[in-house]
Amino acid sequence: MVKKLENIEKREQETGYMIIDGHKIRNYFKELDPEIKIEMLKKMYEIRHFEDQTEQFIIRGQIHGTCHLYVGEEATAVGAIYAVEKKDYITSTHRGHGHCIAKGANIDIMMAELLGKKTGYCKGKGGSMHIADVTSGNLGANGIVGGSIDIATGAGLTCKIKEKGKIVVCFFGDGAANRGNFHGALNMASIWDLPVIYICENNIYGMSMPVKEAFNISKISDRKFSYGIEGLTIDGNNLVEVYNTARHFADYCRAGKGPVLIECLTYRWKGHSKSDAQVYRSRKEVKSWMEKDPIPGYRKFLIDDGVLTEAEGKKLEVEVVEELDQAVKFAEESPFPDPGTVEEDVYA
Amino acid sequence: MREIEYREAIREAVIEEMDRDPKVFLIGEDIGKYGGAFRAYKGLLEKYGPERVINTPISEAAIVGAGIGAAVTGYRPISELMFIDFTTLAMDQIVNQAAKIRYMTGDNLNVPLVIRTQGGAGRGVAAQHSQSLEAWFYHVPGLKVVMPATSYDVKGLLKTAVRDNNPVIFIEHKMIYLNKGPVPEEEYLIPFGVADIKREGSDVTIFAYSNMVFKSLEAAAELEKEGIGCEIFDPRTLVPLDEEALIKSVKKTGRLVIVSEACQRGSIASDICAKINQKAFDYLDAPVKIVAGLNTPIPYNSTLEQACIPHKENIIGAVKEILL
Repeated sequence: MVKKLENIEKREQETGYMIIDGHKIRNYFKELDPEIKIEMLKKMYEIRHFEDQTEQFIIRGQIHGTCHLYVGEEATAVGAIYAVEKKDYITSTHRGHGHCIAKGANIDIMMAELLGKKTGYCKGKGGSMHIADVTSGNLGANGIVGGSIDIATGAGLTCKIKEKGKIVVCFFGDGAANRGNFHGALNMASIWDLPVIYICENNIYGMSMPVKEAFNISKISDRKFSYGIEGLTIDGNNLVEVYNTARHFADYCRAGKGPVLIECLTYRWKGHSKSDAQVYRSRKEVKSWMEKDPIPGYRKFLIDDGVLTEAEGKKLEVEVVEELDQAVKFAEESPFPDPGTVEEDVYA
Repeated sequence: MREIEYREAIREAVIEEMDRDPKVFLIGEDIGKYGGAFRAYKGLLEKYGPERVINTPISEAAIVGAGIGAAVTGYRPISELMFIDFTTLAMDQIVNQAAKIRYMTGDNLNVPLVIRTQGGAGRGVAAQHSQSLEAWFYHVPGLKVVMPATSYDVKGLLKTAVRDNNPVIFIEHKMIYLNKGPVPEEEYLIPFGVADIKREGSDVTIFAYSNMVFKSLEAAAELEKEGIGCEIFDPRTLVPLDEEALIKSVKKTGRLVIVSEACQRGSIASDICAKINQKAFDYLDAPVKIVAGLNTPIPYNSTLEQACIPHKENIIGAVKEILL
């Protein structure tokens, strides 16, 4: 996989275009306001620190169930979500905190949900795996691997028929690409040209199953051939590449040209869930990916580009840490739900 | 009053709801030119076009899942699964997604989705096309389950299902699509959770739904000749269930026979029996009787197939035994 990353063709940013997995893609990122470029860095920090805090809660036993941390994959969520518009929909996964934050959720309310509080997004009834901040266009995380692929396809139907101009970004992992419903949904989206960007976050393992053992193809995006759709494999740890690719295909979807399958190569630094001893991978491998941390790479890129100074970068991170402290305070001080509410919300 | 076929009543309900609300659309296999496997959607593609009558590949999970996705973003889809046996292919979407989205998200999302399907034995289509799987859905909190027997009921309940803000499993029976029954010309709706006494009687209550309503009515007609009065209680919707009316009927007759085409193990019949034992035991003059399908797959051979499911004679026998 490391080798493959290096193989991805890139051209100098100055040309105004990048060649990404054989596709000539405009460097939209270059045209962005500096504020947006900095905001994306801040979002990545938010996700990283949110997850670090969540891990602390896990260690301290304050998370009742389980959590799946997004640490190391931040560039994929932030790059893809910033490339689409606020009005667009996303569907998320069990490893969904990053998508939720990037789409604009309030971290106080998210943290409260993780602690099972009444003030959380789901009133303490969903927890980490079911957070849905509908107001920001997030149709929800999903506890079932691949469970949201069909739902995203249905939302795509809504966009095509009723809410023209809107699109859907559907996140799922490498594991989900082997579920049968992946095939049914992508085929359906392809025959009807639905405006859905299917983003396969290939983080190299489905729980403990390595991608190289779970697939007989080297690129998951090659599944595009089955559906006659566009598809490509990109560096999911490179925010600029993710942003430009997603932006390019957002326009493509909005133009009614149909869905696309984008495979983002990335890596989860932490275990699958809170009870993973990680016997299936080496420390060396984890370390090699930690060296490709998407955040410092992007920060350096911004500094080199004159968008941000070193000091401003540090200040940004401090701000995020303070916001997280506030979220923790809010979550911890929030009340638990009244047991009497347990039967509420089953039916409308 | 005019009499129309069950499948025509379905078609009328769908047309009325699609005309009333542009957010209603149909999605399923062979519902386009073919008009649905049981022709309930005959002519609807021509009438509403391919954006509202969406013919799909054979992808049950996607038929339901796309319905869910459209429902949570403002549509009111009717997803069709040709046979209830094929719900197995869409169970994640039905059970883990549709049924739970509202609760899991703390009331942030509703799923106003109707899943139309049909089940039951009698057409010689054997073990994978003849099952009565309603108990699976009855068991799952978050789903509503509707099983109409007559043309009148299927029309009024389907219209209500389309307007409901919850996922509704709407289960028809393959043996009754051509049954004719009275249906008024004017519009009407039937609320969920309201049972219908299909025949009044004072000696015994027979709880029956879907095709078993007709078998029970046949049995009641014969028993009447012997001076036995059967009250045929059709719940029409299993979730929600009109418990109050059932208890009232049992109070009146003091005896309950539950008829179920589905095999008895883990069935709705068993659950109704438990409910009555818990809530109306003191009114019973005899133990509750259950007449149910055998705990076997449905066989192909006609004689064997018929041996698997309850008939008029079984119901008559049970009524006579309970009156001993």
